[in-house]
Amino acid sequence: MIKLFKYFTIIISFIGLTFSTAYAGPKKVGFIYIGPPGDHGWTYMHDVGRKHMESQLGDAVTSTYIEGVPENADAVRAIRKLASSGHDLIFTTSFNYMDQTLEVANEFPNVMFEHATGYKRADNVSTYSARFYEGRTIIGHIAGHMSKTGTVGYIASFPIPEVVRGINAFYLAAAKVNPDIKIKVIWAFTWYDPGKEADAANTLINQGADIIVQHTDTFAPCQAAEKAGVLAFGQASNQEAFCPNAHLTAIEDIWGPYYAARAQAVVDGTWSSTDTWHGMAEGMVVMSPYNSKLMSPELIQEAINMEIAIKDGTLHSFEGPIYNQAGELVVPEGQNADDGMLAGMGFYVQGIDDELPQ
Amino acid sequence: MNYLELIGFIQIVLIATTPVVFAGIGELVTEKSGVLNLGVEGMMLVGAVTAFVTLVITGSYVLAFLFSILAGIFMSGLFAFLVLILMSNQVATGLSLTIFGIGLSSMIGKKYIGTPIDGLTPWYFVILSFIIVFLVGYFFYKTKSGLIVRAVGESHNSAHALGYSVLKIRLLAILFGGSMCAFAGSYISICYAPMWQEGMIAGRGWIALALVVFSTWKPSRILIGAYIFGGTSIFQMHLQGKGFRFPDWVPFDNFFSSAPFFNMSPYLATMIVLVIISSNKLRIKLSAPACLTMPFYKGS
Amino acid sequence: MTNLFPTIVSRAQSSNIMNIFVPIIAIILTLITGSIIFSLMGFNALFALHTFFISPISTTYGISELLVKATPLALIATGLAFCFKNNIYNIGAEGQLTMGAIFGGGIGIFFHDTNSFWLLPLMIIGGAIGGSLWAMIPALLKNKFNTNEILTSLMLVYVALLILDFLVVGPWRDPDGYSFPKTRPFSDSGRMPLLFDGLRIHIGLIITLILIIISWFVFAKTIFGFQLKVSGFSPIAARYAGFNQKILIYLAFGICGAFAGIAGLAEVSGPIGLIYRDISPNYGFTAIIVAFLGRLHPLGIIFASLVIALTYLGAEDAQLFMQIPAAVGFLFQGLVLFYLLGADFLVKYKFEFKKSK
Repeated sequence: MIKLFKYFTIIISFIGLTFSTAYAGPKKVGFIYIGPPGDHGWTYMHDVGRKHMESQLGDAVTSTYIEGVPENADAVRAIRKLASSGHDLIFTTSFNYMDQTLEVANEFPNVMFEHATGYKRADNVSTYSARFYEGRTIIGHIAGHMSKTGTVGYIASFPIPEVVRGINAFYLAAAKVNPDIKIKVIWAFTWYDPGKEADAANTLINQGADIIVQHTDTFAPCQAAEKAGVLAFGQASNQEAFCPNAHLTAIEDIWGPYYAARAQAVVDGTWSSTDTWHGMAEGMVVMSPYNSKLMSPELIQEAINMEIAIKDGTLHSFEGPIYNQAGELVVPEGQNADDGMLAGMGFYVQGIDDELPQ
Repeated sequence: MNYLELIGFIQIVLIATTPVVFAGIGELVTEKSGVLNLGVEGMMLVGAVTAFVTLVITGSYVLAFLFSILAGIFMSGLFAFLVLILMSNQVATGLSLTIFGIGLSSMIGKKYIGTPIDGLTPWYFVILSFIIVFLVGYFFYKTKSGLIVRAVGESHNSAHALGYSVLKIRLLAILFGGSMCAFAGSYISICYAPMWQEGMIAGRGWIALALVVFSTWKPSRILIGAYIFGGTSIFQMHLQGKGFRFPDWVPFDNFFSSAPFFNMSPYLATMIVLVIISSNKLRIKLSAPACLTMPFYKGS
Repeated sequence: MTNLFPTIVSRAQSSNIMNIFVPIIAIILTLITGSIIFSLMGFNALFALHTFFISPISTTYGISELLVKATPLALIATGLAFCFKNNIYNIGAEGQLTMGAIFGGGIGIFFHDTNSFWLLPLMIIGGAIGGSLWAMIPALLKNKFNTNEILTSLMLVYVALLILDFLVVGPWRDPDGYSFPKTRPFSDSGRMPLLFDGLRIHIGLIITLILIIISWFVFAKTIFGFQLKVSGFSPIAARYAGFNQKILIYLAFGICGAFAGIAGLAEVSGPIGLIYRDISPNYGFTAIIVAFLGRLHPLGIIFASLVIALTYLGAEDAQLFMQIPAAVGFLFQGLVLFYLLGADFLVKYKFEFKKSK
């Protein structure tokens, strides 16, 4: 009987909690994650961002997340559960949550939504993404200098604009340093399979690549490079601990300040639908410390100077003239590729000796 | 492919294929005794995480592999209890074991994701995989105990009538299978890709299961199947790295030259080879153990 | 020693009382183990169990979601029953589902600007054909080349998924979709009509129920159903009775593929509305558990699909309301299944406390 009573009080207090938060008290912020927060890649960095937001806003917000939400019909239910349980702001952190986010947003006009890397917006749906390609320009420059064989191995996940943009930005920067540089691409068709990523890295190294670049989620390629005695760049977070003698630098995704700002806007009642595409200038893309054991001080200085130039706008990753593989001029001299072209990038630039899967 | 590249290629294939050989030979022994355990993926995951966590805590590779094998025995013991004592459906129980293993491994490993460890060199394990396949083959075809296990798998009632304890033999076979699967998992988390990530087995357990079928329950053919699969997997990457494309006159050259086709080639190759082997009916009798998936009940 | 233990005795007929009691026993055991696990992890056990089993279905929306999740599982599992009854181990339903979505969904993409009543039926037929064509490959290989269907059907799952990848990153990519790997949306008439406003449960539920009833009729009342059972039980007896095992194999695979294909089409033209890479949360594999948990009987399959769907929903709620990690959800789901499968024992066998002779 006592247990039963206890049980009821929990339920009632819980229901009470749900209702009361709708009126006052801390704002509830929900997150939908594609993977586990401990993956040390994409989801991990979103979770770091979530914690940063909590520490910045203190008692003004509380946050919850649902991890491992598949990018299909299940996502609607997960997002809707957050919306219907009193959350004021919901971040959906993967591209394929796009239509699902809009579907739920349509039903809950008073809940604010933020969808990562998408392009569909509504009055209560913002989109946000980071200009990771700016980081790819820097690692391309470094690779151009550091590759002795002139061959770079690139492990790619899926041919989506994000990945294609990264390959192009990397190649353009590397070819500026070494016009003869070759880039070998293996499409793994997975984001997440440490064994397969290691196999791909080893295959590329076997074919003469002495620098491994990855656009997949685990640090297996970097480890493989370490074992084989070649160089590599980390992905999403600083991975130096796993491959200290191979890791040159990594492109880090820093979501925390954005999450804090958006949550603050909800607390202040100033939130409105926006389209955010931030880069190094705003601190959303950050380079991990350059490895001074492997890189010369001059090269590190060059990389830092490039960061400064990208931040103040004097350097752009896609400066004309840029030709596509068919030899057509896509960005004229003196201009930079516009955001529309970058957002939907589905072609390789001239010089990449490979064909885009499509 | 020049000479040096060929050597490198073979090395990569050996490293990548070894885990499915271990898991495949374990599952083969289980199936030979007449039990189908579809929980290979789950047991590999639990084995992988146990080895990794033990290594992080104790720093001992020996203990890591030991505890991993114990974890495999625990998982397969659970399965054995359900299918042997409670006579539950083997297919459903095995699949449930995989779900259970996904959950259990993630729970155990939660705090240890992203802990750096020093990986072991895989070569001893590659050699060990060949030795174990040989030993299992020797056991089945040259020893009396092996004959008894086969008899239990072919006709449990006759074996029982001859005075052999069907359940005890099956239990041992299941436990051996479980420990080999866990060992395969620990090879992955300690040698192949030294890390722990949730779900890092990434479907290799299913491949191991398919290989047992491919081998027509003959140990040496586990190696053949595994190396056809592993070899094609690495070869397609090699072709991608080389920028290989089919010429335009090949029908559907766009599809055949696409990365998805390259990625599906290991599955197709394994199927095609199986078709070629199986169609030779003179050489091949369909050799699944006759009692596979059938529960044994003394009173029957 | 042995006298201390009860003897296990086979029941002449499976116990009807136990048929009802088994789920109850399993549920009680689950609740007990669940409370222990959650208490050990520092959660309030009662609240956790409530979150797992009651809270997901405490609203109309929740019940609708349960059905959204259970419908494809039940449909595929019923199809699989045709194979499993005949001892054909088709474990490639996930691939057949994918092909159904490709064929049926392909029609939807081709007619993306057509709004006509015939579009949805055509897509459903396309889905059924796609799924059963894909299932015909292992059937054909088994009949012609003696190839074991476990391997071929499993390998074809991966092949189907990569064909889907090829289509959505290549020829079928949405021209207005910024090169993202997804297709155009289907037109409104290519979508499964919703049964109720504001709920996601759609006409696929009705289709599934009809197909399950027909299957029940086939299993219980037709010669074909009898043939499946007999040839699964004893292939030699079946040969004596003059059944053509090869035709049975084609039929079982064909029906199973068609059901899985319809389930795949219902998923893309129901809640999703277009095609992308990740259409199914492993329905094709989970349905294998559903089929056996339901003892290959249509009613049992319906029950099993609801139970499994509930554990998925419960795991989501547990994450949301109690921050119980997804991993614990899987662990708990595994336990529920173990108990259900283990308790099944009581239907077929009983304990007798008598001295062994």
